[in-house]
Amino acid sequence: MTMLDNRPAATKLNSKVPSGVLADKWDNFKANAKLVNPNNKRKFKVIVVGTGLAGASAAATLAELGYQVDAFTFHDSPRRAHSIAAQGGINAAKNYRGDGDSVHRLFTDTIKGGDFRSREANVYRLAQVSVNIIDQMVAQGVPFAREYGGLLDNRSFGGAQVSRTFYARGQTGQQLLLGAYQQLSRQIGLGGVRLFNRCELVDVVIIDGRAAGIVVRDLLTGEVTSHAAHAVVLATGGYGNVYFLSTNAMNCNVTAAWRAHRRGAYFANPCYTQIHPTCIPQADETQSKLTLMSESLRNDGRVWVPKNADEQRPAHQIPEEDRDYYLERLYPSYGNLAPRDISSRAAKRLVDKGQGVGPLKNGVFLDFSAAINRLGRNVVEERYGNLFEMYERIAGENPYEVPMRIYPATHYTMGGLWVDYELQTTIPGLYAAGEANFSDHGANRLGASALMQGLADGYFVLPYTISNGLAPLLNKTLPGTDHPEFKRVEAETRDRYRAYVNVKGTRSPDWFHRELGKMIWDYCGMERDRNGLEKAISEIQALHDEFKKDLRVTGSAEGVNQTLEKAGRVDDFFQLGMLMCKDALAREESCGGHFRVEYQTEDGEAQRDDAKFCHVSAWEWTGDAAKSHMHAEALEFETIQLATRSYK
Amino acid sequence: MSTTTTPSRAPVSGTAVASRHRKPFLLDLYGTALGKKYAMAMSGIALMGFVLFHMIGNLKMYFGAADLNEYAEFLKKLLYPLAPKESVLWILRLGLLGMLALHLHAAWSLTVLNRQARPVRYQSARDYQEASLASRSMRLSGIVVVLFLAWHLLDLTFGVVNTIGADGEFVRAEVYANVVRSFERWPVALFYVVANLFLGLHLSHGAWSIFQSLGWNNPRFNSWRRAFARGFAAIVVIGNVSFPIAVTVGIVSV
Amino acid sequence: MTRKLTNLTLKVWRQSGPNDKGRFETHVIESITDEASFLEMLDVLNERLIAKGEEAVVFDHDCREGICGTCSLMINGQAHGPQRATTTCQLHMRSFKSNDTIVIEPWRAGAFPIVKDLMVDRSAFDRIVESGGFITAPTGGAPDANLIPVPKPVADAAMDSAACIGCGACVAACPNGAANLFVGAKIAHLNLLPQGQAERYKRAEAMVDTMDEHFGSCTNHGECSAACPKEISLDVIALMNKDYRSAKFKNRKELSRN
Repeated sequence: MTMLDNRPAATKLNSKVPSGVLADKWDNFKANAKLVNPNNKRKFKVIVVGTGLAGASAAATLAELGYQVDAFTFHDSPRRAHSIAAQGGINAAKNYRGDGDSVHRLFTDTIKGGDFRSREANVYRLAQVSVNIIDQMVAQGVPFAREYGGLLDNRSFGGAQVSRTFYARGQTGQQLLLGAYQQLSRQIGLGGVRLFNRCELVDVVIIDGRAAGIVVRDLLTGEVTSHAAHAVVLATGGYGNVYFLSTNAMNCNVTAAWRAHRRGAYFANPCYTQIHPTCIPQADETQSKLTLMSESLRNDGRVWVPKNADEQRPAHQIPEEDRDYYLERLYPSYGNLAPRDISSRAAKRLVDKGQGVGPLKNGVFLDFSAAINRLGRNVVEERYGNLFEMYERIAGENPYEVPMRIYPATHYTMGGLWVDYELQTTIPGLYAAGEANFSDHGANRLGASALMQGLADGYFVLPYTISNGLAPLLNKTLPGTDHPEFKRVEAETRDRYRAYVNVKGTRSPDWFHRELGKMIWDYCGMERDRNGLEKAISEIQALHDEFKKDLRVTGSAEGVNQTLEKAGRVDDFFQLGMLMCKDALAREESCGGHFRVEYQTEDGEAQRDDAKFCHVSAWEWTGDAAKSHMHAEALEFETIQLATRSYK
Repeated sequence: MSTTTTPSRAPVSGTAVASRHRKPFLLDLYGTALGKKYAMAMSGIALMGFVLFHMIGNLKMYFGAADLNEYAEFLKKLLYPLAPKESVLWILRLGLLGMLALHLHAAWSLTVLNRQARPVRYQSARDYQEASLASRSMRLSGIVVVLFLAWHLLDLTFGVVNTIGADGEFVRAEVYANVVRSFERWPVALFYVVANLFLGLHLSHGAWSIFQSLGWNNPRFNSWRRAFARGFAAIVVIGNVSFPIAVTVGIVSV
Repeated sequence: MTRKLTNLTLKVWRQSGPNDKGRFETHVIESITDEASFLEMLDVLNERLIAKGEEAVVFDHDCREGICGTCSLMINGQAHGPQRATTTCQLHMRSFKSNDTIVIEPWRAGAFPIVKDLMVDRSAFDRIVESGGFITAPTGGAPDANLIPVPKPVADAAMDSAACIGCGACVAACPNGAANLFVGAKIAHLNLLPQGQAERYKRAEAMVDTMDEHFGSCTNHGECSAACPKEISLDVIALMNKDYRSAKFKNRKELSRN
């Protein structure tokens, strides 16, 4: 193919996609994968880090199969993982509605939604196993919404023309996570899994080119210990907290993935971050996180800002002619339902122009007065009552009377550790699952697909691919934790954490995180451009240098010290931030969540460059995030025709 | 810092594989907190039955001495002549004493358990939202009721603290006269009133609690459970309190 | 609209470790916007402590949107503070007035030992779930999801109970330190569903017995339900009591048959 000509030098990345036609690849893999005899499985130890959907389901399933599993979480309980906060639902190609859904349609929707930047074979497999997930979760007692006949209910979601989303009120993530947590708990109770809670992964140990184990820090005692295993699974979530303000939980961080990256695992597409348009805007300088409101609100709410940037009147006194319903004006056919990225950017431009609303002028109105007039308050309450309550609890305003204020915020990161078809990173024996890997979502994730991917990886992919990786290791001695390399990494880690305490500067880790977050948001947020990104890289570098000199961590490295935990995480965010900007700079096109101002169509839509950038950018650590080396994995589309994503 | 490779906090595993040593069924059941709650509820039902029928029987007082004394005699002759005199009454008495002992023992052991469940109390004032005066004073009201019961037996059953009749003796069968003589002492009458208010408080929570403890829960009657408890407590208290008042104001007299 | 609260006196529990006696420490927050959440107010306090070279107050928190159940805190004598159906992380300073004194204590229960300051160890909840709070359904063997119809009212009732976030407010609020609402909620969730029937009584017995090892007993005060951020009803406790009773008798029958 000629389009390959402009790509970076050929790489050693091997995606290990099985042979055969797309629909048969997964079956072919399973048919040829090496197995481990049931009696031999207990000879293998697998470490699973993280107990969210991907981690808990993987740990439980591997233990059911008979492997010795050690599960690690930095939470007090596996049930706290951030998968719990997902609201909307989980997609599956069940076609229970008979509305034309199929595995193939879920596959094409996901590829298109990802703006043609994901690996076909992985996405197809995801769509295939999606149906098993629903069966599995129902059998486990997840109380999905039902019809009166007792069968499962579905709702529709963005980016699809069929109703394939299964849901449990607005708490689907919680219910699925509790299902996986309960299955994991059963294995803990039976002795199949050993649970290490409040233990944070702080490094990965590589011996002879293979992942030999991990080093963790006990958050209660500050003790640093090593754990050896035949395989290590990282299911440690995304890195959205690099922005400081995001919809991620406070403790979400990139440390596990980043430490693996520093030990040789390639980090793919870090610039692909997803911005959600309907979050509650920042209310004040003390704000610590943002809260997402379901996107369904845009079905009945009208988005507007005052035409006059100096508008002083309260919203209801502003007459129609002084309001700018900008989404309806700019995108007449889609109006208030314009896609996430487009409506997010439109809001940002107006707020940047000073037309924002609210005390900090940092939001836009989402107005339900027309809907209330048209449908009556009761109907609106029935549809959105719980969301309105949630809004009132947080913003302190009654959205039945005053328009809601919304603003986009980061909530998911498509990038992550590069993995092959078997979810193995570039380090043999080290696997990544769920949001921690880069696979499946391309440059943009569709709603209700994150839960699907996490469970697919943990329940239905890893158990097969891990046995394929473990089988050849049978009866081979592996390095134990007394190996000098473990000792060396342990010592290095202790030094690192002691060093944070010993800087004795003036600024807290939170202060640095906030400053870093602002930079990344400004330069590598909804819109990116060359100047900004170049500036960001040098500014982040400077701030990181200051961090090393001026950090203040009170307390000691022993015992509980949340300030110290934070310092370690922020340190890694700095390096990730630089890589994000570098990746965004290198990707001279706009696609999905990555929007480069220089590369847009006349009407402001993302302009892909398939000739030059139809590839995964996998970055190799070279000792300095700003000097990372890029490897490209070409994306070959056999089934899908590359096309412009159009919402006209 | 320690350089050991084994964490000082052990991982969690195999928490559900140990099998519990089983005692004989009833002891095993009673050994659990819920088992004790069942015992509390079942003995509570028995004791509630007692206080209700005791109150109803005593209403005979308003028909005069003959009726009340005859009722007392009737109790002794329950199922007579099929069963010997007083035998059924003694079975009932022993049953009730057993129920009382069970109720007290369960209460005692649950209190100990609950104290152990929070060895360090809150160091600041609690702001209770739902817990009622009745629910929070069950132990106090229970103790008052038990003390009252002791006095009541000494007063009207054994006559130890009753005033002596005209013949210089306490005659147990002269129930009516004994009651009137006792209540003519106003501090005693007052004590009976106060003690019965405590009993009412105890019943108003206890009679509702029974439904919860035994798991008698159904949307069809849930809203009636509290009403039942309050109503039951009110009936017992009004009936019981009326006796000392009636004596004090002279409605019932020798 | 935004107000400023001034002169708030915080009495915060400080305790260096499980064996320390602990004490209240008083801090004054001169001014804070009422838009701030309660935990953001503590963030502000912590930033100030760090600036003064002191150790930050340790408290558990994570999602800050009321779903993960990590945050705890006894605020002015109420678990999760004064607002009903609201976790500490969703509580905002709007619920307070200038010049208020706010007392912050950790959850207190024998089963929730204090780790440090306001952080407690709630692992006892996990032990209960490990003993039986699941439906045994190993990965891979599940029948088609629609083969098990669940009547909508049943699914809704199960969901009401399944909404529990495992925060431990019920235990903290209970005058007896009992966990009946937590355990009842999980038992009700799984025992109401058709999928949960096979293990129904085994589950009830195992979970209640494990609960007994850690927690106090229920005297039906109703404080748990009042403190519950998800407003789980006391009915789940009644259901648990019923199923445990049946479990005790049914299991005997099963045993005698064998």
